[in-house]
Amino acid sequence: MPGPMGRGPMPRGMKPTVKNPGKILKRLIKYMVLDNLALWICVCACIGITVFCMTVKGTLFTRQLLDVYIPGIQAGTKTFQDLANEIFVTASFILVGIISSFVQARIMVRITQGFQRKLRDDMFEHMESLPIKYFDTHSHGDIMSLYTNDVDTMRQMVSQSIPQFLNSIITIVSVSISMIILSPLLMIVSVVMIAIMLITTKKISGKSGKYFVKQQKAVGALNGFVEEMMSGQKVVKVFCHEDKNIEDFDKLNNELFDSANNANRFANIIMPINAQLGNVSYVVLAIVGGMMAINGVGGLELGALISYLTFNRQLNMPINQISMQVNSIIMALAGGDRIFQLMDEKPETDEGYVTLVNAKKVYKPGSENKEYTIEETDERTGVWAWKHYHKADGTTTYKELQGDVVFDDVDFGYTEEKMVLHDIKLFATPGQKIAFVGSTGAGKTTITNLINRFYDIQDGKIRYDGINVNKIKKADLRHSLGIVLQETHLFTGTVMENIRYGKLDATDDEVKAAAKLANADSFIRRLPDGYNTMLTGDGANLSQGQRQLLAIARAAIADPPVLILDEATSSIDTRTEKLVQEGMDKLMKGRTTFVIAHRLSTVKNSDCIMVLEQGRIIERGTHDQLIEEKGKYYQLYTGNQIAG
Amino acid sequence: MIRRLLSYVKEYKKESILTPLSMIIEVAMEMVVPMLMASLVNDGINARNEAGEVVGDMQHIILIGVFMIVAALIGLAGGIMGGVFGAKASTGFAKNLRKGMFDRIQTFSFKNIDKFSTAGLVTRLTTDVNNVQNAYQMILRMCMRSPMTFVIALVMSFTIKPSLALIYLIAVIILGCILAFIISKAMKAFEQAFPKYDELNASVQENVNAIRVVKAYVREDHEKKKFKTASNNIYKIFSAAEKLTTFNGPAMSITVYTCILLISWLGAKMIINTFEVDLNLGDLTALLSYCMSILMSLMMFSMIFIMLTMSAASVRRINEVLAEEPDIVNPENPIMEVKDGSIVFKNVNFRYNKDGKENVLSNININIESGETIGIIGGTGSAKSTLVNLISRLYDVNDGAVLVGGKDVREYDLEVLRDEVSVVLQKNVLFSGTIMDNLRWGVRKKKDGANQPETPQEKAEIEAECIRACKLACADEFIERMPDKYETYIEQGGTNVSGGQKQRLCIARALVKKPKILILDDSTSAVDTATDAKIRKAFAEEIPGTTKLIIAQRISSVMNADRIIVMEDGKINGFGTHDELLKSNEIYRDVYESQTGGNGDFDEGGEH
Repeated sequence: MPGPMGRGPMPRGMKPTVKNPGKILKRLIKYMVLDNLALWICVCACIGITVFCMTVKGTLFTRQLLDVYIPGIQAGTKTFQDLANEIFVTASFILVGIISSFVQARIMVRITQGFQRKLRDDMFEHMESLPIKYFDTHSHGDIMSLYTNDVDTMRQMVSQSIPQFLNSIITIVSVSISMIILSPLLMIVSVVMIAIMLITTKKISGKSGKYFVKQQKAVGALNGFVEEMMSGQKVVKVFCHEDKNIEDFDKLNNELFDSANNANRFANIIMPINAQLGNVSYVVLAIVGGMMAINGVGGLELGALISYLTFNRQLNMPINQISMQVNSIIMALAGGDRIFQLMDEKPETDEGYVTLVNAKKVYKPGSENKEYTIEETDERTGVWAWKHYHKADGTTTYKELQGDVVFDDVDFGYTEEKMVLHDIKLFATPGQKIAFVGSTGAGKTTITNLINRFYDIQDGKIRYDGINVNKIKKADLRHSLGIVLQETHLFTGTVMENIRYGKLDATDDEVKAAAKLANADSFIRRLPDGYNTMLTGDGANLSQGQRQLLAIARAAIADPPVLILDEATSSIDTRTEKLVQEGMDKLMKGRTTFVIAHRLSTVKNSDCIMVLEQGRIIERGTHDQLIEEKGKYYQLYTGNQIAG
Repeated sequence: MIRRLLSYVKEYKKESILTPLSMIIEVAMEMVVPMLMASLVNDGINARNEAGEVVGDMQHIILIGVFMIVAALIGLAGGIMGGVFGAKASTGFAKNLRKGMFDRIQTFSFKNIDKFSTAGLVTRLTTDVNNVQNAYQMILRMCMRSPMTFVIALVMSFTIKPSLALIYLIAVIILGCILAFIISKAMKAFEQAFPKYDELNASVQENVNAIRVVKAYVREDHEKKKFKTASNNIYKIFSAAEKLTTFNGPAMSITVYTCILLISWLGAKMIINTFEVDLNLGDLTALLSYCMSILMSLMMFSMIFIMLTMSAASVRRINEVLAEEPDIVNPENPIMEVKDGSIVFKNVNFRYNKDGKENVLSNININIESGETIGIIGGTGSAKSTLVNLISRLYDVNDGAVLVGGKDVREYDLEVLRDEVSVVLQKNVLFSGTIMDNLRWGVRKKKDGANQPETPQEKAEIEAECIRACKLACADEFIERMPDKYETYIEQGGTNVSGGQKQRLCIARALVKKPKILILDDSTSAVDTATDAKIRKAFAEEIPGTTKLIIAQRISSVMNADRIIVMEDGKINGFGTHDELLKSNEIYRDVYESQTGGNGDFDEGGEH
């Protein structure tokens, strides 16, 4: 069965040896078979029926024809009618065999495609649940290769290797039984010949395997080189490095050729050697069997010998096939191993229990609409509250969502050994604008990633409206935070859908209002299909500034009380920048905002500016205070003038 | 298309011819064997005495046995040769294809490179070549084999019994038609299905890249739902396509067994002399075994056909690279020396797309003296990069001319020109290797005796030169703080140095060339303003004779230049000194005001 894509036979960077293949195989079979047990049993049954009806019955018919009917008719003990009956019976058997093999093929399609669907769904589902750390520590290419190469090797195993394996085993067993019935003595000879075949195969495939390992290494080296050079091709041109490049490439290319040639050579000669050994086996059996039959040893009849010889040929094929499938099964195991590694990755844990609910304010009578209590409601009121269940006394309290964020002596490191943030203390009261400035790697983005718990802190506390963020359900916490990331990512779909990403049930008008707020409306309307313009390839057809505006609109529609804005540093022209800036300013109104700023204009009017250096807040205060302090901020600020 | 590809077989032509020839030997022997088997059964095992009783003839069995073993040996020789030659021919072909493509890519101009994505080129060089290699091997080994088996088996059958062999011929025609029908249907289905499959993978890719957005908006469930729908669609489409191919097996089996039963029946009748035609048991055995060979070969053929069409996409993609004509090539009698660092743009128009109507650059006229420092400023898309890329002839102008050292850039030897005009690209890359290895990229090739290994003295000189360049680019200070200094290993893509460090290394690399013209295309955007200023100061003091073009977003990076070009929509909006522009140029004044006086920019600063 041809599979989707004639993708390369070996996945990139594949390790040809698998640790603990038995364990993986067991797990794989469990994973594959459990859901589809009934179907797999059907497949086994179908294969059994097919082998019996076609291989055994079909072959036996020839024997009967040559041994019983033709001589019988010649001798007058049988009639043509008898032969016709026999042919009819055989035909019926074969028809059953054909039907069952057809049924098997249909079921296999279902199993194979269903298995792939399950595999992909499970992988994707699990992947979505993984923490950001996973994506930081695994190259995106490697993750993609799981979905393409590894799923493909698994497909090959399920659709080809396993059925062939089953088929071969069932054939071997049933044919062997028939052969033993015909002549146990000859069977010994057959077994010896098969042993010789297996030993040769093993020897050669061992050699070929050694070269396949080498080939894999060579492929890896070449791929690495090619990837690097292709992405740096323009630099290569600028430095006239083409000749040196070709020289290096040739070396790797020739190495790959050498190992590929050897690996293929040995793999190629296994088949013909086995085929000819099969012929030799035929001759040996004919001679031994002939002598036995003529001398009347072991009660072998000449007709039976002919059948035996036919069976013997039928035995060789599945044995060859098994040895050929071994390789692809090992490859699939390696793929399975990698897929299981993904599935075994620990998902993001969420022990939070404080949830975000719609709420309404109930004013105390006589308080002149100043004092109120918060009550939960089903309507969407625009007022939100944290529903906090206290285990200790079994009470539930509500706290209005306001956007008050406090960092209390927070330490954080991406790895245990290396801390990137030290003793971070800060507080933002609702509606305040907090700016972070500092050099690359100072930890600005990291701080914002802690608020929405992309990463968990090692020490200290982060409180949101007075609640420890660890107690808040992650989904609800993130819903209450709007983020515009420095790197804008858009999804395949229309502009409308991309903005709606921030609030899935938003109406078209709401989307347009958000776009207007973000200053995106005017450029969107100038796109060929307006809001229905399709974006593909991460919005490749838009400029950087336009993508940024869409990301702002996307955050705007979510209407969160707290905003995190990571300003784009990449070159946006002054005009678009003004638009982006205005969009952001409008969005910030009335919200607690954390801004990672690169432009002074954004920072100046902040309620508080944090200057970060090497993971520590070294200065804090308003613009005027910091200027007065004449510290780092002053340096950064005036650096422009000095530089000029 | 195929012919162009095949021209890369080159030195493996011999093997490519020998492989099918060897396979013919193997097939021939494979066909002789059933004949011998027939004889063995017929005149050996089933030999009768005068009384007509089956007694067997041991001598005959042994004689034919010996023949069979000889045939097996010859077949083995053919098979092994086929395997060996086939491996060499196909892997060699793959090697040549890779080399062909890689060499071709090296000749590509920027315009050619822009056409292909990096990932696309990598796939072509790896997966696609691999597909073609496998397909080629299959063609050589199997494609010859199947028709040969088919023809020989059919001929043999006819020599045994033309009337019975006729059954095969009819069966073959019927089966052939059925298979062709099924396959053409299935292929169409698969062709429609593959793009969907690619789409699915694209959506995974998108999710992996944008995982932070997904998580920030808590859209995991939304994405899962989207993915499930897509993967279910794939399930349906591929199931439908594969279901079509499940008809192949039954069609084949029905034909084979109909033939076997028919021949058994008719054969039996003939043997028993009802039709007065003589046919013996052995012949019948042989006929039955040819039956399998013939129909199997047809089946194989159909499989091969499917596999080949699947590799057709790879063939097409490889061909795209091989057929791509580099649009910038060396002139015939190139000028080998650049006189000085002066640059002149004369009525230059430029479009990325030849047939495009809108000029990216239009009517550019500039005169830059040798040794001048020129700042270039302007919004994104105002074609600043495009402008400077024309100087080292990374692109060719459509109208007008660019002159360097008084001569049209199209008259220079490309290497000479690019050595003298050193560009630090906006999207720059470092390569895996030590810092020194990376800097050495800037070392010019020796003009004569290029293959001689460098002497220790030369090595020391080169390294001293590299260090000097690093000092100029303010890279020395951080390199010296690294544990292995200049021997520090840079990971692929330069991931273990920061953005600002990377940019400084790239500048140093360009300086090693000692060019007459140095172009910095937004190359200090990640370097803090103080270091940026230091670098510019070093340039002014250490390499005053070099013409320097500096593209920047930051006004402070350009305002001290001798003259400044203001770009807007592919046109020159202003060209003059800082003071002049401040007075006369609105855009310049706008940018200046927005960035200074409390509106400046910290931009990723502070890497000291």
